[in-house]
Amino acid sequence: MTQMLVIVPDRCTGCMQCELACGWVQTGQFQPSQSLIRVNIFDEEASYAPYTCLQCDEAWCMTVCPVNAIGVDAANGAKVVDQRLCIGCHLCTIACPFGTMFTLPQNDKAAKCNLCGGQPACVVSCPTDAIQYREAEQCGEWFRDWGRRVHERYLEETSAPA
Amino acid sequence: MYGWTGKLLRVDLATGKSRVEDIPEDWRRDYIGGRGLADRYLYEEMDPKVDPFAPENKLIFATGPLTGTCAPCGARYMVVTKGALTGAITTSNSGGHWGPELKFAGYDLLILENAAPRPSYLFIYDDYVELRDAGHLWGKGVFETEDTLREELGIPALRVATIGPAGENRVRFACIMNDKHRAAGRSGVGAVMGAKNLKAVAVRGTRGVQVADPEAFMRAVWAMRAAMQDHPGRKSFAELGTAATIDMTNAFGGLPTRNFQQGQFEHAENLNGNAIRDTRLVTNKACFACTIACGRVCRLGDGAGKYLVNTHPRNWKIAGEGPEYEGAWALGADTGVGDLDAVLKANWLCNDLGMDPISMGATLAAAMELYQKGAITDDMLEQGIPLAFDNPEAIIRYTEATAYREGIGDELAEGAKRLGERFGHPEVFMGSKGQEFPAYDPRGFQGMGVAYATCNRGACHLRAWTPAVESTGQMDPHTPKGKSEWVVNEQHRTTAHDATGLCLFVGAAGGPLETFVPITAAATGVPYTLEDFLKIGERTWNLERLFNLRAGLTRADDSLPKRLLEEPHKTGPSAGVVVHLDEMLPVYYRCRGWDQEGRPTPEKLAELGLASLA
Repeated sequence: MTQMLVIVPDRCTGCMQCELACGWVQTGQFQPSQSLIRVNIFDEEASYAPYTCLQCDEAWCMTVCPVNAIGVDAANGAKVVDQRLCIGCHLCTIACPFGTMFTLPQNDKAAKCNLCGGQPACVVSCPTDAIQYREAEQCGEWFRDWGRRVHERYLEETSAPA
Repeated sequence: MYGWTGKLLRVDLATGKSRVEDIPEDWRRDYIGGRGLADRYLYEEMDPKVDPFAPENKLIFATGPLTGTCAPCGARYMVVTKGALTGAITTSNSGGHWGPELKFAGYDLLILENAAPRPSYLFIYDDYVELRDAGHLWGKGVFETEDTLREELGIPALRVATIGPAGENRVRFACIMNDKHRAAGRSGVGAVMGAKNLKAVAVRGTRGVQVADPEAFMRAVWAMRAAMQDHPGRKSFAELGTAATIDMTNAFGGLPTRNFQQGQFEHAENLNGNAIRDTRLVTNKACFACTIACGRVCRLGDGAGKYLVNTHPRNWKIAGEGPEYEGAWALGADTGVGDLDAVLKANWLCNDLGMDPISMGATLAAAMELYQKGAITDDMLEQGIPLAFDNPEAIIRYTEATAYREGIGDELAEGAKRLGERFGHPEVFMGSKGQEFPAYDPRGFQGMGVAYATCNRGACHLRAWTPAVESTGQMDPHTPKGKSEWVVNEQHRTTAHDATGLCLFVGAAGGPLETFVPITAAATGVPYTLEDFLKIGERTWNLERLFNLRAGLTRADDSLPKRLLEEPHKTGPSAGVVVHLDEMLPVYYRCRGWDQEGRPTPEKLAELGLASLA
């Protein structure tokens, strides 16, 4: 079954617990700089949103990899880097349209969200359920509604001052 | 190294030279970190008699062993120096993301010495430390400074602690602001930084924090998170923010109004947590690792055209974070202003200009009483803006004037104590050790009287918050009985709490000291117990007291203004009550093991391992 992370930006408070959890999984330390999920802070819009790999159906990182180091986890559809195969060419970081491919400072090889083998640490750590782990089929619905509300607020905010 | 990084960064601002030092193991163990450790360094290295604005005054930024970990609300850092407002040691705490970033850069403490010859800012990127010219930032507001630095250094994840124009102009209650809206607020730490010609400290850290026993650590963290999740305190903080407290204090007649002339505010419902949530709240905002998210991002109301804030043109209505309970009280109830938009605007100005809204509001209130008495007259003021109670225009305009020291603002910038003395009415100053009271009237909450009078950094509500027992039926709010004992114990608890790097609010949100003693032990590898923590709290408190005694403070400084001791409220639940400090103070000294002049006895110091320091 294909599962994925669903982000609910309205619930995010910008607390960085997901970055701490992800960094912990990567390094065994509290090291947000090594996190593969990043919280974007939009202060002017009063909006916060964690953001990581979308696990694209048609994953460009996979397509571009010259040594087929990126494979698919059959259990949940996650695209996973095999560190033994990666040669550190960085092509995937260029190919990814969303900027969610990273390279590790210690060996210069690719790193990306692998959904923690089906138990994403960011989901567990989030205190407000802003990151959820759901079946992929259900994920489109929230986006339409959220987009409409963001657009409405944009119109309201940009209306001329009284 | 676990929990701690074990390193401190020392920067000589006069030369720009920096060096990294190891922090002695026994100091770490005996003071934990944050407030305790920084107190120890300040006491060791500095003559307490120096002028707060002199280059010899040191400015210390300190994180605790839990800062930067996933322990709930492990976001805090402490600014320790000799306060510009009080002349006593000050320990100003702030959240946001700056403290953890300093830790990730690899430092528990940052010690700043001497003064820079010209306006400068400090840039720290892990091992790279450089003092840079800040001529182009001088005079800029807090928000613009942070945006400018992030843009010109090209580091999106940069964290900035900065002063605003108020700090540059040595306003005695200027803050150090970080992450735009978070403040190391009280006692004028920003003015000290301004006197050092230091505009900002910009930090980026990419390292990690390790813990000694990961499994025990995670178990203890999740036990604490579970205890907090459904706790009514946490839910109230998340839903209503700190401003929910207004209803409680008002109901007890403990919401000081119009410079403590009344104990209840008739427009309290305009400023409370519900009003903010229902009409102004855009979203909650959390500090680093916070599972509460009490921060309020607010917008101005629809009819508030005249109070527009100068922010991003697309979002002219968003007024940033706040107001918190204290800000809403100081700029609202204490000045008699019940207009939430005016309070929001004044609070926003305090943030951008870098001033403590508590002291700002309280100083305005004192000035308004002087105006009421006729000591301040219209010819000293700006035309058409009387400095009168209930005037929303006044709190906005004179807040701005204070930061730039324009006109009467030059007097306001000295704080309420000096203002009252300057105009011949010292009795209008509502505070202790030169620092204005926060938002609890000791006539409504008797225990706050002894808590204010004895706090080492001047009047403060964060060292022993007696409404915790006085508003919940555990103690009678109007009797002095038992208050001193409770305050002494609570001061030990909060001091140890501050040392760990966790936010004080976890205590009221289901995560008291007991829940994170094991977290600290698992993080550091030191087998701390609750008794150890209380001993560390007491040791630190006594050390701060020694500093103040050497700075020239005496028993006479453990005092309250005459209004609280002799003039009861005429109406409301606290009518007829005065503060019995004369009863509470001797008991307090006795509980502490101090003599009746408020000096720690040699036996007490020996017990705490401080004998060699007296």
